[in-house]
Amino acid sequence: MLVIVCPHCGPRNSNEFTFLGERSTRPAVAATTPAEWRHYLYFKNNAAGEEDERWFHVSGCRRFLDVERDTLTNEIRSVRDVGEAAR
Amino acid sequence: MSGSRLGVQPGELIDRDRVVRFRWNGAEHHGFAGDTIASALAAGGVEVFSRSFKYRRPRGILTADYHDPNLFVQVGDEPNVRAGHRLLIGGMDVTAQGAWPSLGFDARAANRVVGRFLSPGFYYKTFISPARLRPAYQKILRRFGAGGKIDPTTPPAHAGKRFAHPDVLVAGGGPAGMAAALGASHRGARVMLVEENHHLGGHLLYGGPESEATLAELRALIGADDAIEVLTNAVVTGRYDHNWVGIVVIQGGEEQLVKARAKCLVVAAGKIERPYVFAGNDLPGVMLSSAARRLINLYAVAPGTRAVVATANESGDAALADLERAGVEVAAVADLRKSGSLLVRAKGRGRVAAVELSGGRTIDADLLVTAVGWTTSTSLLNMAGDRPAYDARAARFLPGELPDDVLAAGGVVGDGSIEAIVDHGRVVGFEAGRRALGTRATWQRLTPRAAPAPEVDPEPTVIPRLPAMPHPELFAGPTDGFVDFSEDVKGRDLALAAAEGYDSIELAKRYTTVTMGSIQGKLAGVNAVAVHAAATGATIAATGTTTWRPPYAPITLGALAGVDEDPVRYSPLHDWHMAHGATPIAAGQWIRPDHYGDPAREVRNTRANVGIIDVSPLGKIDLRGRDVPRLLEFVYTNRWDSLAIGGVRYGVMCAEDGVILDDGVTARLEEGRFYMTTTSSGAGRVWNWIDEWLQTAFPTWDVKTTAVTDGYAAMNIAGPRSRELLERVASGVDSSPESFPYMNARIATVAGVAECIVLRIGFTGELSYEVHVPAGYGLHVWEALLAAGSDLGIAPFGLEAQRIMRLEKGHFIVGQDTDGLTKAYTPGLAGLVKIDKPDFSGKPELVWEGEQGAPRRLVAIQPVDGSVVPPEASQIIAGGRTRGRVTSSRMSPTLERSICLAIVDTEHAAAGAELTIRLPDGRDIAATVLEHHAHVDVDGGRVRG
Repeated sequence: MLVIVCPHCGPRNSNEFTFLGERSTRPAVAATTPAEWRHYLYFKNNAAGEEDERWFHVSGCRRFLDVERDTLTNEIRSVRDVGEAAR
Repeated sequence: MSGSRLGVQPGELIDRDRVVRFRWNGAEHHGFAGDTIASALAAGGVEVFSRSFKYRRPRGILTADYHDPNLFVQVGDEPNVRAGHRLLIGGMDVTAQGAWPSLGFDARAANRVVGRFLSPGFYYKTFISPARLRPAYQKILRRFGAGGKIDPTTPPAHAGKRFAHPDVLVAGGGPAGMAAALGASHRGARVMLVEENHHLGGHLLYGGPESEATLAELRALIGADDAIEVLTNAVVTGRYDHNWVGIVVIQGGEEQLVKARAKCLVVAAGKIERPYVFAGNDLPGVMLSSAARRLINLYAVAPGTRAVVATANESGDAALADLERAGVEVAAVADLRKSGSLLVRAKGRGRVAAVELSGGRTIDADLLVTAVGWTTSTSLLNMAGDRPAYDARAARFLPGELPDDVLAAGGVVGDGSIEAIVDHGRVVGFEAGRRALGTRATWQRLTPRAAPAPEVDPEPTVIPRLPAMPHPELFAGPTDGFVDFSEDVKGRDLALAAAEGYDSIELAKRYTTVTMGSIQGKLAGVNAVAVHAAATGATIAATGTTTWRPPYAPITLGALAGVDEDPVRYSPLHDWHMAHGATPIAAGQWIRPDHYGDPAREVRNTRANVGIIDVSPLGKIDLRGRDVPRLLEFVYTNRWDSLAIGGVRYGVMCAEDGVILDDGVTARLEEGRFYMTTTSSGAGRVWNWIDEWLQTAFPTWDVKTTAVTDGYAAMNIAGPRSRELLERVASGVDSSPESFPYMNARIATVAGVAECIVLRIGFTGELSYEVHVPAGYGLHVWEALLAAGSDLGIAPFGLEAQRIMRLEKGHFIVGQDTDGLTKAYTPGLAGLVKIDKPDFSGKPELVWEGEQGAPRRLVAIQPVDGSVVPPEASQIIAGGRTRGRVTSSRMSPTLERSICLAIVDTEHAAAGAELTIRLPDGRDIAATVLEHHAHVDVDGGRVRG
């Protein structure tokens, strides 16, 4: 059980959050190809190390958060609102 | 005759004024309050407490504490109780475990005779063939299983659970742990101090006058310190990421699981005394020096009458002094620190009778005390990522690198005087407090709304060195004995494993099961490494340890399970339903009325007159803001920007893979106010999904979402006379078909309740109105509708009748008639997929499915023999292959024949196609595909009327 320091709610157990996986970029719908779209849907880097993730504080403030986490050590480098620049 | 109660000992924990009576294997015994089960039995002369796991050898006291592998007993209906730890309670019914038919005579002890055949892998090697005999083998071998008995009639108990957020958690309540708690508290940290025994103090409890003085001082300081919470009779079961620590506490006989999040963890678990491997080392009467010291000093029990002491350290020396003070005759002392001084073997049948020392010297004795070394209790450090390193000079593994949020104190790190240990603990605790406060400040800084973070001293405290003292390397003697008492693994078993090629200690462990028993290798671990190293010719350092994983000690499943926390949801009308004959059914989290006696009658009444159903579990989301139409355009596949105020539209939501996520209707109540309904089970999912799009893709849109599922009670009145009924109770709305047509919504006053939302929709295929009223008025409106409709033939109907009617109408249910592969074209929603919209969720997949055609279709089918209802999930076959399945099926009270929805391969989906349905009993029946999904009212005249 990790601690995620929610910028709105403070340090909380990770079971208050929904893990939404690695952050991915949605292709432009008008021009996408099946290969590109399905890469977006199903392919993950699954990095052993630093990863950009999205978490949802579903049992807290209901904010979607961008989280930088090291998958080897579980060290969490940053947690911020989606789209907000790193502090 | 071993064991008898001594005169008063200075540190004894027993209360001689309180006699406690209990039973042991049916016989009356007594002890004192403060006794453990084992100490009371030892005082009463009991020597054999259990039979061993594999060879069924008699076993007695080895460590006399929590970790004694020989002292697992059954207490009443509770198996696997640690008799060296569990305190005596009056009336306890204690029985020996694993003995069959009795402790004195164990039929399976024949294993001892054939013992040399019971090598590692024996059962696998022997009972593998012929295969036809395996059930017979299983039956016999099951008798040989260890452990106590579970009584299935025991009423279920729910262990409690709580969460704790100490700044510093100290594992171990000996001198170092107590001092660490005080040090951390001195720094300003809130501390949780966890001790597995019933009293704080560790070895200070039986260490003589100096120990007693220190203990009294530490206890007084801790007792006076409000910042320290002490948990005794509590075991830290594991350390997980970010110092998530599990603790099982037993208080008043009740287990409680404490889940603690510590900002800093101090491991002060000390050292565990190690047994010695030699022939006869498991005979009752052979025990560790710490066991002898506990029995004498804590419980005033003489562990024997004539002793041999084999010592290599001060613990053995102290045990010798204790024995002499207690008046136990010491027949011989073997000082294993002196070269040439050996402990060769213990002799005896069923208990120690004599001890053979170096030079063939054999001494008659009923007690053999060994003190050959210590094992560092590194489990929790291991779980924090540490790899302990072997120090040959100190003959034990010592901690290596620790993460910043874990510190080790006291005997885990090294040795020293009581003063040195206390000093070390205090400084470690002080530093742990600093780190914890630093973490707390960091968390505050990361949370803008939190109070400003205080300044924390940036300078680490220098922790004094606590070197491990030299100790002779003593693991196995000149003869072979038991390495693991829990699993009955001997040195030669490890040697055989090595010879068979299990040259890694991790593999040898799994092959021989050494360290895998109930004690989890706390006693056997290092001896196993040493014996295995000797067998492979490697050094102990190169062999390394096996990996310590949680749990540190076995936990009952009950403690882990705790209280059942699955939420159950009830409609505000639930009590009414139950009082009116409803049969409840669980539908997701909701308990709903399945029917009120006869679902077919409910269907016929609704189709003929008017019925009313509680649909409160429907998901309801209030959407407000200028950009709601843009949101709806995006999350639904169809068009929404043209929806007028007062309009209602049905829509389907698809995920980005094109698969149907949910469906429902949304009404536009005002310019910037919309009311969305979802499926009952999809309510939370849809709300989260919408918020995700809004926050991550469209953060500038003006949309506010509020989940109002519990805020409204909802009821659907359906049937040809539902309009008449609505007119009687609703005001502020013109119910005529011209001004309130199908797929419209109005805000109205219903039965005097203002601000109700009335939706004219038709899931059942009837003229129907769904009335959403503030939840607190739900029952009032429900009863008012029933009263107003009594002369119209109104009757409530349940979920089953609704399911029948929607199936008659051919309406699919997401998740029942669709699955995780069903994209929008499969259920024939081409008209609802507007691929001319620039973007919506899942659009590319739906464009492609539209181009290629859906591989499967949802179709309505009817068995040719209308009396047969093929069960849902019946397979549809053609050419010997599965071509689809029945997704919904019922007997239609309206048509008086069976009706179905099915998903079939597109090539078999044409109207009029003949299908074969295979029933679960193997029979095949014929069925026909209909042109439309609806079985009843195909042109929709009823709903639109």
